[in-house]
Amino acid sequence: MSENVTFHFDVDGENFSSAGEASVLVKKKLRQLGFSPEIIRRVSIAMYEGEINMVIHANGGSADVTVTDEDIVITLADKGPGIPDVSLAMQEGFSTARDNIRALGFGAGMGLPNMKKYTDTMEIDTVLGVGTTITMTVKHK
Amino acid sequence: MKTHAVAEILGLRAAAGSIPEEFTGVYAGDLLSRAMSHVTEGDLWITIMSNVNVIAVASLTEAAAVILAEGVTMDPEVLAAAEAKGICVLMCDKTVYEICRDIASTAS
Ligand SMILES: Nc1ncnc2c1ncn2[C@@H]1O[C@H](COP(=O)(O)OP(=O)(O)OP(=O)(O)O)[C@@H](O)[C@H]1O
Ligand SMILES: [Mg+2]
Repeated sequence: MSENVTFHFDVDGENFSSAGEASVLVKKKLRQLGFSPEIIRRVSIAMYEGEINMVIHANGGSADVTVTDEDIVITLADKGPGIPDVSLAMQEGFSTARDNIRALGFGAGMGLPNMKKYTDTMEIDTVLGVGTTITMTVKHK
Repeated sequence: MKTHAVAEILGLRAAAGSIPEEFTGVYAGDLLSRAMSHVTEGDLWITIMSNVNVIAVASLTEAAAVILAEGVTMDPEVLAAAEAKGICVLMCDKTVYEICRDIASTAS
C-alpha cells in the first residue's frame, strides 16, 4: 500500500486568462507519476471542463485531485447558483453561457458530456442557491 | 506527416514557437470543449479563436501547433502565454476551408 497523493487548487472565478491552469498543473504531476498518455488525457479533459464550468457558471471554486492505488478522483466544489435541471444540463448542446462567454469559444454545451464520457464515474451533487460538487473517477488499474 | 511542404504552400508564419517538423492529424473548429475532445496529440488545430483559452486547450491536448486562419492575430500577452507553455502558434491568411484543402492535397 502506498500513500495517496493529493493536490488542491483554488479556482479563481474572476480570471478567465488563468482558467485551465489547475488542469495543466495536474497533467504535469500525473506525467511525473508515470501515468499513461490515455489516462492523462482523460483526466485532463474532465478536469479542464469542470474547472472552466466553475469559472464561467459558478464564480470559481476549488479542485481536489486524489491519486489512489486504483483510481484518480477529481472533486470540483463551488458555491455557485447550482444546476436547476441536471439531466437537461447533461444533454449535448445545452448551454446557458451568455454571448460574451460564447465569443471566447465556450458554450458548445459539451463540457458536462465530455466529463461523463472521459471518466468511469461521475456524480453531480447540486443544490440551488448553495452550490455544486462534482466527483469524477478515472480508474487506472 | 512532414510539416515543411504544408507550411510552404500555406505561407505559415510563426507567431510563437517554431514550426514543428511533423504533425499527426488535423482538427478545424472554434468551440473549445469540442476541440478539447477532438484535438489529439501532435495535431494541427485550425481555428479563428485567438484568446488565451486557446493556449490552455492546445497545451492540454498537446497539439503540434495552432493555426490561426483568415489572418487572425493574437494579442502579445496571449503569445507570451503560448511561448511560456511551449505552444507553437502559426498565422495564415487563408480560410479554414482553404487550409484544410491545401493540407489534404499536400499531405496525400
Ligand atoms: N458548476 C456549475 N454551476 C452552475 N451551473 C453549471 C455548472 N456547470 C455547468 N452548469 C450548467 O450546465 C450547463 C451545461 O454545461 P456544459 O459544461 O455542458 O456546457 P457549457 O459550459 O455551457 O459549454 P461548454 O462546456 O461546451 O463550453 C451550463 O451552461 C450551465 O447552465
Ligand atoms: Mg462547460
